[in-house]
Amino acid sequence: MHHTSTGERILRGVLISLALIFFLFPIFWILLMSFQTNAQILRIPPSIVFTPTLDNYVSLITGELKTASGVLKLAFMQNLLNSLILSVASVALSLVLAVPAAYAFARYKFRFSEDIAFTLLSFKFAPPLLVLLPLTIYFQQIGLANTYVGLIWVYQLITLPLILWIVRGYFEDISPDIEHAYRIAGHSWLRSFLKISVPLAMPGIAAAALLSFIFAWNNFVFALVLASADKQPVTVGALAFVTASGIQYGQIAAAVVISIAPTLALALFAQRYLVEGLSLGAVKG
Amino acid sequence: MASLALDHVTKRYGRETVLDDVSLSVADGEIVSIFGPSGAGKTVLLRLIAGMAEPEEGAILVDGSDVIDVAPEQRSVGMAFQNFALFPHMSAFDNIASPLVARRLGRDGIEDGVQKIARLLKIDHVLGHAPRALSNGQKQRTALARALVAAPKILLLDDPLRNVDAKLRFEMRLELPRLLERFGSTVLYVTQDYREAMALGRRIAVLVHGRIAQFGTPDEIYDRPANVEVAELFGDPGINLFEGHVEAGRSGMVAAVGGMRLPLAPGFERIAGRSVTIGVRPEHVGFAAAGTEGAVAARVAALLPLNDRMVRLLVTEDGRELYTSREAGGAAMEEGARGHVVADPAAIVVFDRETGRRIAPRSAGFASPALQENP
Repeated sequence: MHHTSTGERILRGVLISLALIFFLFPIFWILLMSFQTNAQILRIPPSIVFTPTLDNYVSLITGELKTASGVLKLAFMQNLLNSLILSVASVALSLVLAVPAAYAFARYKFRFSEDIAFTLLSFKFAPPLLVLLPLTIYFQQIGLANTYVGLIWVYQLITLPLILWIVRGYFEDISPDIEHAYRIAGHSWLRSFLKISVPLAMPGIAAAALLSFIFAWNNFVFALVLASADKQPVTVGALAFVTASGIQYGQIAAAVVISIAPTLALALFAQRYLVEGLSLGAVKG
Repeated sequence: MASLALDHVTKRYGRETVLDDVSLSVADGEIVSIFGPSGAGKTVLLRLIAGMAEPEEGAILVDGSDVIDVAPEQRSVGMAFQNFALFPHMSAFDNIASPLVARRLGRDGIEDGVQKIARLLKIDHVLGHAPRALSNGQKQRTALARALVAAPKILLLDDPLRNVDAKLRFEMRLELPRLLERFGSTVLYVTQDYREAMALGRRIAVLVHGRIAQFGTPDEIYDRPANVEVAELFGDPGINLFEGHVEAGRSGMVAAVGGMRLPLAPGFERIAGRSVTIGVRPEHVGFAAAGTEGAVAARVAALLPLNDRMVRLLVTEDGRELYTSREAGGAAMEEGARGHVVADPAAIVVFDRETGRRIAPRSAGFASPALQENP
């Protein structure tokens, strides 16, 4: 048994609290800001006591921002929808492509398999700016610029290697004997992949999907260059809050709150699969 | 229910030859033990038969037709793995049911099949549990049930008792032969325990370094091992081995080992003068009065009770060690006691020193096939 003294426990509690405050306070502050007017936000010293207002959310949802210099059009809801379409479709496509590929890399040693896997990973090392200019030109020529298909394709650079490498490790951890046992029981290769390998690698697949969703959601530079107004995700759309008449802190805060919500919801949903240690007790050893 | 034959099968992994020209023929419904030290290629042999790997050379024949190009799911094989290989995300019931599901039995058929085999193996009360909630013994029985449930033509058991405790192992050793007989499958039973191999197999294939060193009944292998290596793999305590040569004695041939003259059974006249290795099992070394022909003076160096037998480590006058294994009680030879021992001439096995192969005695007039010099 591992014994911890009272002092140790207190110290641990204090450290954990400090870490939580450090990480959660900005989110808390943003949440407060989203219910404040610009004037309240810029007040010095700042105050926690204020009369909350829903104006920020209303203007985001209606798409009309009233500023000192008139009414501005906001495409926030469209941006949010774009973010959702791009991230969900990118991750879904990556899962369809990368999970079977990860299985192949985990189970079969074929010629150049390590090199191919590493090349796919190396796409993540290259700075995006390196490929952006040629990509923009090619996309304009083949008509993929400013389309969802084009963007989802480019997003594969972000999501596919990540899923491939994480899930590959999980497949490698599954004892091949378990799959063999299922085959010998009389099931085809495909059934054993779908009924044995994929369910057992589910914690890895869930983690990889969640991570790549976050990366796709947070992507800025690909979308900035390759998408025009109607295809822009929230990361790029948020630039609109920097207006001629000043920075709209209240709307930015509200936009941040709305745009972290899907990721948060997904994380909570995926948690179920992340913690499930399915392989426990499968094979002695 | 099918006959199984391996025809000159060779399997390599990279440069390493794991199975080297293995031929084996198993009759319909026969139970054969595959016995050998770890790393001998026993598991690989089963994998080839199950279709999880392909041999580089040779053929695997089920009922006379080559199955190398047949997918594992179509070979109608059942296999229990040494590490159980249960599906961790399915209940024990679903684990056992999987071969029946693959055969597209209806729900009632599956339910009946699983319940029947589970009752037989006494695991019907844990069918709802996940594998991780099962004890080792229950896991092993679940794995066995899964292999048996669809009454496969060929049943491959890969050391299924390796990971269970001694008590359960003993129970299963008693239970398994009856169970296997009931299913009538052709069975290959892999084990590293020579007792298990002898208890379960009608015949034993001894696999050493990827080759079949001997294939025969348990008695044949125990009493007439094909070579020194096989002789050493069977028996506890192991066979006593001495190096010496064959020469003519007062009344027949003897093995001269240092100062000892051990009388041999008739039939070794033709190898007079040959350098040999003599093997005699501890249970064939007995105590005798001084002056008995072939008696060797020895001192008891250590005693080790082994169940109903007493194992004694003896040291002869010229410092050679040998074991005896006698029924407990009887002649009281305590530690430090001095006495004489004799080896039963008929039980002495003679091996060629150079090749390690057994040299069979040749009876005058006829040569029984079983006693032929091993190739």
